Amino acid sequence: MDKAIVKLENVSFSYGKNKVLEDVNFSIEEGDFVGIIGANGSAKTTLLKLMVGLLEPDKGAVYLMGKAIKDFKDYKSIGYISQNVRHFNPMFPATVKEVVGANLNTSRNFFERSRKKEEEKIYKALEIVEMGQFMDKKIGKLSGGQKQRVFIARALINKPKILFMDEPLVGVDLNSQDKFYSLMEKLNKEYNITLVMVSHDIGVITEKVNRILCLSRGRVYDHKPDQTICFDMLKEVFGNKMNILIHRH
Amino acid sequence: MFSYEFMQKSFIMGIMIALIAPTTGYFLVLRRQSIVGDTLSHVALSGVAFGMITNFYPVYTAMVFSIIAALGIEGLRKKFENYAELSLAIILSAGIGLASVLISLGNTQGILSYLFGSLALVTDQDILLVIMLGIIIFLTVILFYKSLFYMTFDEESATLAGIPTRPINLFFSILVALTIAISMRIVGILLVSSLMILPVAASLLIANSFKAGIIYSNIFGLISVIVGLTISFYLDLAPGGTIVLSALIILVIIILLQYFRSKITKPA
Repeated sequence: MDKAIVKLENVSFSYGKNKVLEDVNFSIEEGDFVGIIGANGSAKTTLLKLMVGLLEPDKGAVYLMGKAIKDFKDYKSIGYISQNVRHFNPMFPATVKEVVGANLNTSRNFFERSRKKEEEKIYKALEIVEMGQFMDKKIGKLSGGQKQRVFIARALINKPKILFMDEPLVGVDLNSQDKFYSLMEKLNKEYNITLVMVSHDIGVITEKVNRILCLSRGRVYDHKPDQTICFDMLKEVFGNKMNILIHRH
Repeated sequence: MFSYEFMQKSFIMGIMIALIAPTTGYFLVLRRQSIVGDTLSHVALSGVAFGMITNFYPVYTAMVFSIIAALGIEGLRKKFENYAELSLAIILSAGIGLASVLISLGNTQGILSYLFGSLALVTDQDILLVIMLGIIIFLTVILFYKSLFYMTFDEESATLAGIPTRPINLFFSILVALTIAISMRIVGILLVSSLMILPVAASLLIANSFKAGIIYSNIFGLISVIVGLTISFYLDLAPGGTIVLSALIILVIIILLQYFRSKITKPA
């Protein structure tokens, strides 16, 4: 059986006349922890949106869990954390419980109280990210790292098979970054969740993931786990002015 | 004052508007679309002028005009994705331009009462309309509560959770357009959007959850309308102005209370 959970075949995409992705081919397999890197404006977010079906390719085909993206309806099996969640107004009136519960029973009406079972589910999802005690806090009052964990909990609540994250570490302090990566390891190894993460921070991510997709000038370069990142490639991706420093502490 | 029939009508109408306007306004503000109210009300003005010239009931023509504008905004929003407010500016200019041409064309003396609201204007037809619209809006918010919450917080993730965001967006735009067209009878075109926004602004200062936010917005809307209508009756002032100023005073009181509370709780 094909183990590919995401598959892109000859995908091209443009914004108006500006072609940002050309003839992209790759697949992500179950259990992968994939980092997508590239310079600003290299269409990393676009690529992520194509994978989940928020955008349609001009050419080519996208498959998610073996299904053509247009026929994909099993929304519960994917988790998605967009870049936008960081930009919400800190005054937005919502509790952690409301935010995490948003992914459950989306057809609930105003008067139906959340049932006990549901609250338990929300609590459990928050416990995975170690945020259980913040259930009734207002989301805007949490720190960047804490908010990030709440959004991960929201994505986890339906027990997804794959989690897509767009720049999850922007605005998160170093200490929380370490916690974030150990959480990712837990999700990947213990919960068997395939992870796909966009980042512009190539330093840390290359040590944590088992595959790197490098975006440059509309093309995607795939690096297998046993390869070290090709420095020439990085120079091409980030421009020639980059100096590469390697620390091994 | 309730011995006057027109005041009874105004109060029924006002209370319905006090519940409708902040409810739709709540979602607009949280989606950073508070200018939509302003835009649509300018277009509604051209609708009113059109109705007066062509002898159609101005509330109906205003409804048609603002619904078309609301759909136009939704359409343009996709075109100018990175400059969403540009689509609003375009529609607003079109509305006010058309309105000024239509007003100068002919028989539009009554337009002032539509601009600032009036107590004597309310007809049985208006009351029926506002009650129907009220029912539709409340049913929508009650039945689609969670979808609306999710879309307001994070539209992309809501789409990926299987919520039909596009049809809900379109339907909601139409409701906003109708809210504006009907609310202008009492509050006036120039002040409709204020009643959609001020109670919400006050509620955001104190609400800790999404549900509490809606409830506070409605309570503040109600207080503003009741106080505003009463003052308008006794002092013979335009109701739109007194209602909106009442809403503003509530907002200022809450800001001051919060300021003093933070002074007290924070050690010097």
